[in-house]
Amino acid sequence: MSIALEHVSYVYSPGTAYEKQALKDVSFEIEQGQFVGIIGHTGSGKSTLIQHLNGLVKATSGKILYEGQNIYDAGYDMRKLRGQVGLVFQYPEYQLFEVDVLTDVCFGPKNQGLPQEECEKNAREALELVGFPEKYYRHSPFELSGGQKRRAAIAGVLAMKPKVLILDEPTAGLDPKGRDEILDQVQKLHRETGMTVILVSHSMEDVARYVERIIVMNHGEKMYDGTPREVFRHYRELEKVGLAAPQVTYVMHDLREKGFPVSPDATTIGEAADEIMKCFEYRTGESQ
Amino acid sequence: MIRDITIGQYYPAESRIHRLDPRVKIVCTLLFLISLFIQNSFLGYVIATVFLGAVIRLSNVPLKYIVKGMKPVVILLLFTVVMNLFLTQGGETLAHFWIFTISENGLRTSVFMAVRLIYLVTGSSIMTFTTSPNGLTDGLEKLLHPLNRINVPVHEVAMMMSIALRFIPIILEETDKIMKAQMARGADFESGNIIQRAKAMIPILVPLFVSAFRRANDLAMAMEARCYHGGDGRTKMKPLRYRGRDRIAYAVTLIYLVVIFIVGRYIPFKLWVF
Amino acid sequence: MGMIHAEELVYEYDKRDDEGNIIGTERAIDGVNIDVPQGSFVAILGHNGSGKSTLAKHMNAILIPSGGTMWVDGRDTKDPEELWNVRQTAGMVFQNPDNQIIGTVVEEDVGFGPENLGVPTDEIWKRVEDSLRAVGMLERRKDSPNKLSGGQKQRVAIAGVLAMEPKCLVLDEPTAMLDPNGRKEVIQAVQQLRKAKNVTVILITHYMEEVIDADQVFVMDGGHIVMHGTPREIFSRVDELKSYRMDVPQVTMLAEELRRRGLDLPGGILRREELVEALCRLR
Repeated sequence: MSIALEHVSYVYSPGTAYEKQALKDVSFEIEQGQFVGIIGHTGSGKSTLIQHLNGLVKATSGKILYEGQNIYDAGYDMRKLRGQVGLVFQYPEYQLFEVDVLTDVCFGPKNQGLPQEECEKNAREALELVGFPEKYYRHSPFELSGGQKRRAAIAGVLAMKPKVLILDEPTAGLDPKGRDEILDQVQKLHRETGMTVILVSHSMEDVARYVERIIVMNHGEKMYDGTPREVFRHYRELEKVGLAAPQVTYVMHDLREKGFPVSPDATTIGEAADEIMKCFEYRTGESQ
Repeated sequence: MIRDITIGQYYPAESRIHRLDPRVKIVCTLLFLISLFIQNSFLGYVIATVFLGAVIRLSNVPLKYIVKGMKPVVILLLFTVVMNLFLTQGGETLAHFWIFTISENGLRTSVFMAVRLIYLVTGSSIMTFTTSPNGLTDGLEKLLHPLNRINVPVHEVAMMMSIALRFIPIILEETDKIMKAQMARGADFESGNIIQRAKAMIPILVPLFVSAFRRANDLAMAMEARCYHGGDGRTKMKPLRYRGRDRIAYAVTLIYLVVIFIVGRYIPFKLWVF
Repeated sequence: MGMIHAEELVYEYDKRDDEGNIIGTERAIDGVNIDVPQGSFVAILGHNGSGKSTLAKHMNAILIPSGGTMWVDGRDTKDPEELWNVRQTAGMVFQNPDNQIIGTVVEEDVGFGPENLGVPTDEIWKRVEDSLRAVGMLERRKDSPNKLSGGQKQRVAIAGVLAMEPKCLVLDEPTAMLDPNGRKEVIQAVQQLRKAKNVTVILITHYMEEVIDADQVFVMDGGHIVMHGTPREIFSRVDELKSYRMDVPQVTMLAEELRRRGLDLPGGILRREELVEALCRLR
């Protein structure tokens, strides 16, 4: 029950002046149920990478195994794969097209060939999962607020009941509260359904707060792969390639330089506060 | 696929042809096209070939690139050749099999038509290869300026053209993105009959139109914010001004036109059937 | 009166039902008073739909107030005679980098504004060069905008406005669609401009990190100005900000968390050096 990439490379428009290697020998495996973050700056290959996972883009070389089977095998059912590996693109609200939200969310299940009642049942469940208010089910998707549109669009993918959910920058363009709401919802969904979630993001703070594993992409290559702590330990190298660790990581490093006995591994506000308090409690303990 | 079509695209390079005023290129291209139709003789085509060859040479656009641009017209070309070859009769019969007859006139017309068509496409592509889209619209605007007097909104049309040119690549990219997003939701654009396929386009077309309108709205606002208020009282960053080289280009083209006319009409020269 | 001055500004629009009949009016802006002094840097924060973009569009006379008055450099935006003067005085940069670039070549786009103003050709070239240099895009002048990154496109858009020689720059969420590097690029370009040209800058955003250098911050909600002060004052009111769907920079949040756990830190810490220093002092 996993997705595995084996030595995947991808070259854009080979043989022309625009030829560009977008992915270089990328290999990794994601177990069912993991919450993984993929980070990398624009042009690092992360968008190309996720489009490989559901077969929208075909690797120039290498293999992709979904549940042990090579998706490039002859006769492999790509549409079934796309139902199981749900991909939500950046600004997904730009794909909404139906007269009302519920019908739009039914588009995926309908393409899977499900009967009408079941489509609607799945659509309702999906809308509930993303916290979309029922009173808007019959509204036109074009009349909704930005945050609601985004939810409806994510539900459009969830309604296919995927086992893996890939989200490309799901918070782009939202306000701070909207960003937190969407990510909290995704986290809740991950906990409740046990779905594998792959989150592509620019925001190190967000990634550090939610995921258990980070894959860093740079110039089409996998640069780091590990827990947020492990990855952000390389904050200097990350900076060199145009990325940065969360702000608190920098605070912790600064504090260490000033002689505070804090662990520099903290990547979230909670962890950082714990570390800092530890050294103040330790001091008060000492003075008593 | 769409990106393979080079016809009508700009080929950025430095050359004498690139530097010419766009108006010169538009007018001279027209004159060249006319020259192909006012004569129909072997010597005439020789002169046209020399002229076109010289222009291509001067333009620094690789011949390979121009030939690639011919791809979309190959079918039309073959069709013309075949039709003329078999349907034009007259003169000596050169070959005959089953119901097909190839006559002297048939061979002659089909070859001349093919050359004419190739030169027509090549001549106009040289213009688009060497003139930036903006240059082209500026040139047209200035050339058609007199039409303003009969209430043709020349400036507005030219502005629309240049905006369209700017947004074509953006819309193409967006189409690709929306298509992929719908495919990720299980949409199928490849199978089914024509009606099913047409229906499958709705999930692409609706979002595309919504987004195009949004873009149009944004753009109109951005243009207004930058004080755009039509063509009145507007100055030009790159005003079109004829220079020496432009006058020379006009002169050369005119001489070419006269020569091809006289030679094609009054100097009889025949090589086999041509 | 400052560069931008609004008194009891109201903006209403008609609400329509499915058939297009007017069923009422909605107030996007409701009684807003602001004053932006010449040469200052003002940030306007607010969630999506709070009315901040509507307010911005009044500064450029794209929208005309339904009630109250908006003055730009002393000119009433309601006065049709002043329309083009207002638009030239307060240049505007929008959110979507693709939808505001008109030219097919970078330099031609920057020249678009001056062309509209009827500036003589030689002067246009000078302005285009100066503006592109000011945002660090001079070496890309001959490129197609489609080849640029989001941050570069926004810098070109800023240059396009600068070439009109405005006294005031209104940036309506210029970084919302950019990645972190693009955001940094754009904000740095704006900061440099402020130093070099002394233009008034009004930045509308919902990225908290971008406003810590502002002279004043306004927070909008439901068409009203609900908070107003220096960044330090605003960011020390964490709970209030959160109630308006806003956030605070992560460092401020960490300081707040430490305060909550009993450390005696000052409120409104904005930068990581400040936090480290404050913690050192506590030791």
